[in-house]
Amino acid sequence: MGKTLYQKVFDAHTVATLPSGQHQLLMGLHLIHEVTSPQAFSMLEQRGLSVLFPERTFATVDHIIPTKSQLRPFSDSLAEEMMTALERNVRKHGIRYFSTEKGEQGIVHVVGPEMGLTQPGMTICCGDSHTSTHGAFGAIAFGIGTSQVRDVLATQTLAMDKLKVRRIEVNGKLAPGVYAKDVTLHVINKLGVNGGVGYAYEYAGDVLDGMSMDERMTVCNMSIEGGARCGYVNPDATTYRYLEGRELAPKGDAWKRALEYWESVKSDADAVYDDVVKIRGEDIEPVVTWGINPGQSVGVNDAIPVAGSFAESERGAAEEAYAYMSLEPGSKIRGTKIDVAFIGSCTNGRLSDFEEVLRLIRGKGLKVKPHVRAMVVPGSQAVRREMIEKGYDKVFVEAGFEFREAGCSMCLAMNPDKLKGREVCASSSNRNFKGRQGSPTGRTLLMSPAMVAAAAIAGEVTDARELFGIAAIS
Amino acid sequence: MQDPKRIVISGPGVPVRGNDIDTDRIIPARFLKTVVFEGLGEHAFEDDRSQLAEAGKTHSFDDPRFSGASVLVVNKNFGCGSSREHAPQALARWGKGIAAIVGESFAEIFFGNCIALGLPCVTVDAATAEALQSAIERSPAAELRLDLGAKRVVAGDQSYSIAIPDGPRKQLMEGRWDSTAELVAHRDGIVATAARIPYFRGFA
Repeated sequence: MGKTLYQKVFDAHTVATLPSGQHQLLMGLHLIHEVTSPQAFSMLEQRGLSVLFPERTFATVDHIIPTKSQLRPFSDSLAEEMMTALERNVRKHGIRYFSTEKGEQGIVHVVGPEMGLTQPGMTICCGDSHTSTHGAFGAIAFGIGTSQVRDVLATQTLAMDKLKVRRIEVNGKLAPGVYAKDVTLHVINKLGVNGGVGYAYEYAGDVLDGMSMDERMTVCNMSIEGGARCGYVNPDATTYRYLEGRELAPKGDAWKRALEYWESVKSDADAVYDDVVKIRGEDIEPVVTWGINPGQSVGVNDAIPVAGSFAESERGAAEEAYAYMSLEPGSKIRGTKIDVAFIGSCTNGRLSDFEEVLRLIRGKGLKVKPHVRAMVVPGSQAVRREMIEKGYDKVFVEAGFEFREAGCSMCLAMNPDKLKGREVCASSSNRNFKGRQGSPTGRTLLMSPAMVAAAAIAGEVTDARELFGIAAIS
Repeated sequence: MQDPKRIVISGPGVPVRGNDIDTDRIIPARFLKTVVFEGLGEHAFEDDRSQLAEAGKTHSFDDPRFSGASVLVVNKNFGCGSSREHAPQALARWGKGIAAIVGESFAEIFFGNCIALGLPCVTVDAATAEALQSAIERSPAAELRLDLGAKRVVAGDQSYSIAIPDGPRKQLMEGRWDSTAELVAHRDGIVATAARIPYFRGFA
């Protein structure tokens, strides 16, 4: 009987069975940032413990960093205190730190892959739920809490239960103007925001096979929004092409041996899954969320579902969403006025995300509607540098977007980039929770970067395929 | 030091109704700008509370009838979203401190974070959650008694069965929910396992 990648990697990293019946799982890569690590270091020190494998933990700063200027000290003294704590902790414990000064800083889930740290067959954790992103490389990657960050620092291991594995096959082809973001929002809509609890998601099928690493990262990133703590794609030639030559990827003979290991961890053809879900790529439309969780979404040309269309247990959540969003059930999501447009985040803040938007807007004289505040926020300093080298920043600024420094920015309201009052934001980020973007009454509509750009230009939710003539140019 | 064993937890209850209540709602991100967990308790559900207050309604965390509560009763997929441990840390520090949570279901990372703090999360069916929430509203001063050994929750003269996975149940009942010591004890095994994994050796 064949095994899945999840089973193979989990078994290879199991140190022991604990008295509780849980498994002690060795972690190959531990990423930390300023928000969820300071208390972990404090607990470690209170217990007189040290970091067991400091060379397996890497740090950067992303949540709190301002994107207008990264100059120190930050005007927010709380943010400055968190930054200072991180700098002190990495120095004291000998942890490599991707800092702004060295030009290596960025969102932790953008930096890990671009440095070549994220590799197939690894176990990866970080005090951040979007750690599932790294599963795009065929790693078991998941978010943890601060007490668990303490455990990983002290022992490089975690007490874990084994998950079931659900294979999600997306077959066929995506229509032009339908992106990885639409695939992941579609999956969450179909399986529910808690459908993945207890599962790791293995994404597969023609559509995933054809995706770039950036696109696979977008899909895996949002696994947690469907309740799955971890999601992955089996490694293939696309994965290896992405990794080859990156700073911290294996080189020379080590590269050859790495390829052997990576090939060996792939799910076997006869692997047995706890569940299999098949989706037709042709059925996926550009998706827009209308509610207060990422599963409350519709195709851009569809109407917001009425309460009666939901199972009874979901109706309350729908009613709550209509009221919070001030959206009318039965009316079209298209045409909803927006105030803010945000392109960035660990979901859609990579070079190819901006390149696709650029391809759509360049040379057409398109401008952001005057009433819309539109921001382009690169996911890392490296992404930002490359955009500047290629002149993308000028195109975005010319079209009316602000071009910012790297960070989490408006995804989560821990830095100055926030919604005000009841503003509506078309956002390429991952969560449309109440208050998520910094105003307790702010409203978020999740969509792909192309759809955000279209909304910024139209001043309202619109079909990017029509605005940009996407079908015609593909 | 307090006994780490969690076998029977009793105390007045507090209901927070609704499915998919995410950790941004339990503790909004702006309160995560801190290097300690102290002080989070008063901000639990802050934005939900203030919005209800503006609408002339009262969130149960602001309702004086529930101010002495230590057992929180919720619905489906409680604690979804961000992995922030600040969420259970805030609940454990609110008022007299939430000491146990009963709900229809919990998000996975939130559940793990609670266990790591010795905060039991147990599940009941939808009808039981509703019955418990209503019972608390009728008699806020009455104690709920959660028994992990018997796997029952008792409210007044009603007793309901609860579920919790065996591993976490054992950890809580034996007082071994703080996993660090057990993990540290296997240091030799950790080093041996690392030596077998190709990338730990740099594929040498």
